[in-house]
Amino acid sequence: MAQVVLKDLNKKFDEVHVVKDVNLHVRDKEFLVLVGPSGCGKSTTLRMVAGLEEITSGEIHIGDRLVNDLPPKDRDIAMVFQNYALYPHMTVYDNMAFGLKMRKFPKAEIETRVKETATLLGIQDLLKRKPRQLSGGQRQRVAVGRAIVRHPQVFLFDEPLSNLDAKLRVQMRVELKRLHDRLETTAIYVTHDQVEAMTLGDRVVVMKDGLVHQVGEPLEVYSKPRNKFVAGFIGSPAMNFIDTTISDAGGLYAETTGMRVKVPADRVSRLAPYKGKTVTLGIRPEDLREAAGSDPHDLVFEALVEVVEPLGSEILLDTTVGTHTVVARVDPTVRAKHHQKIRLAFIPHRIHFFDNRTEEAIV
Amino acid sequence: MVIERHWKKWVYFYIPLTLFIIGTLFPFYWMLITAVRPDAELYRSWRAVNNTPFWTLQPTLAHVQDLLARTTFPRWLWNTFFIAIVSTGISLACGLLAGYALARLRFPMAGLLGTSIFVTYLVPPTLLFIPLADIVRNFHLGNTPWALILTYPTFLIPFCTWLLMGYFKTIPKELEECARIDGASRFGAMVRIIFPIAVPGILSAGIFAFTLSWNEFIYALIFLSSPERKTVPVGVVSELIRGDIYFWGQLMAGALLGSVPVAFIYSFFVEHYVAGLTGSVKG
Repeated sequence: MAQVVLKDLNKKFDEVHVVKDVNLHVRDKEFLVLVGPSGCGKSTTLRMVAGLEEITSGEIHIGDRLVNDLPPKDRDIAMVFQNYALYPHMTVYDNMAFGLKMRKFPKAEIETRVKETATLLGIQDLLKRKPRQLSGGQRQRVAVGRAIVRHPQVFLFDEPLSNLDAKLRVQMRVELKRLHDRLETTAIYVTHDQVEAMTLGDRVVVMKDGLVHQVGEPLEVYSKPRNKFVAGFIGSPAMNFIDTTISDAGGLYAETTGMRVKVPADRVSRLAPYKGKTVTLGIRPEDLREAAGSDPHDLVFEALVEVVEPLGSEILLDTTVGTHTVVARVDPTVRAKHHQKIRLAFIPHRIHFFDNRTEEAIV
Repeated sequence: MVIERHWKKWVYFYIPLTLFIIGTLFPFYWMLITAVRPDAELYRSWRAVNNTPFWTLQPTLAHVQDLLARTTFPRWLWNTFFIAIVSTGISLACGLLAGYALARLRFPMAGLLGTSIFVTYLVPPTLLFIPLADIVRNFHLGNTPWALILTYPTFLIPFCTWLLMGYFKTIPKELEECARIDGASRFGAMVRIIFPIAVPGILSAGIFAFTLSWNEFIYALIFLSSPERKTVPVGVVSELIRGDIYFWGQLMAGALLGSVPVAFIYSFFVEHYVAGLTGSVKG
């Protein structure tokens, strides 16, 4: 059990700067998820914690030890890889026992621990098999088992679910979460899948181009994105971005062709300096709904439906407003047909505004 | 349609394959048939009425017996075997470490080093033997097995290094990363994880190296002079052709016995060997 602290962490591959001044404090027993598009430096950060990549500058502490110069084997960590990395020439039992054998545990204890862990993961009947005789999900379990059997201080996961099919991925996701609750071990988890990040993480770190863009609890990152990138990356379908001009006509309005929205009262003071300028208005598809007659007209706009995607529990509407494409997620009871117009209403306190130049949220 | 396909299969597959097999195996057949043909048939005129060049009616083991009893052939077999085994061992040991380093470690000039090792393999032995002869003489190794044991690696090490480097590159690097996190040092991960997985590659490198040393001719011809020190390829040619007389029966018996160990090794490891050249490892 340990906290992990990254201080001003940097990594350069020759001239390519892949991790830039990353500062993170992973609390004891926390499940922290690093999420971002490919090439954002999340895997490299994890590999530096593991000791598989050298650190260009900065510090990594695990527990109260500075581990910069420690080889991976002395960091007391365990890692699960995307391709499982099971030793193909060893049985499941030997795969799981390998780390304990290397650490010279007595035979009897190795056996107890391996059996215990195997039972926990439901792979006790597979111990004599070789990895090639296992299905994808079983291999994944063995890889996880091999990590937890050692009782390390920190678990590192590098996209462990990416090679599984969609159904199995959801199932393993739940199992990982349950396992973490039970083992109470610090875990750092890397993924490019924002759904995994949201569901698994106690806190989520959103990265792009080697920089940390936001750290926070999943719902906080979802509801209060710090900038346009985070807003667009978290949530599916992605947030709609609409370029609007701020105008003053007895109250502030954000205007664009075919849309005129009253700026909610609590944002007026922050948006006042942008009068006459262009800002990006962000609204999530789920924060739009079909307008009712009682909705104030300055929160309602008319959109042309292009595509209707009924998903059963909801309907996704791809619409156009002026030159903008706007996706709305509406109730399954809404009767919308393509090439017809529909009136949509904003949920006012869920509207986001972003500075067009810095892309930072205006809050 | 079905008939046409049948016809095509014969023209494009069976007939060319048959011709190829005949072309490849005929010299071996000739070697075998000559080795067991009595002298009376061997030195009979081609125009003789009872000439049967493609088979024999009185097979004999006389040539083999002569070869084993009256010449130093058994000695040559042992020399060849000893030299091939030791030089293969040395080359494999070096090739394993060098191949691993080139495939996995990041160090300055790695690419250049890899290329230059390969380039040394391209220098023809017919040129390289001249400087090597000088070195062998300076170290007083001439006419000893060590002259060959130490010169064969000049072409075996580059060969093994490149073959093994290619094989190591097919092994996912996460396997040893995982082993290093699990508690092994880099060397430990190499020995416990990578080498066992690379067995097919190591076997093919070993078999190839063994065959190359077993069949090597030029260095053996130049560095060894006493008849009892020679290897099979050189001994057969230099000792079994006396003056201008070709002892065809003994020559072919020698060639036959000389190729048996190699054929035996190949057939024994053929599965691993094919996997070593074509297969890759899945994690």
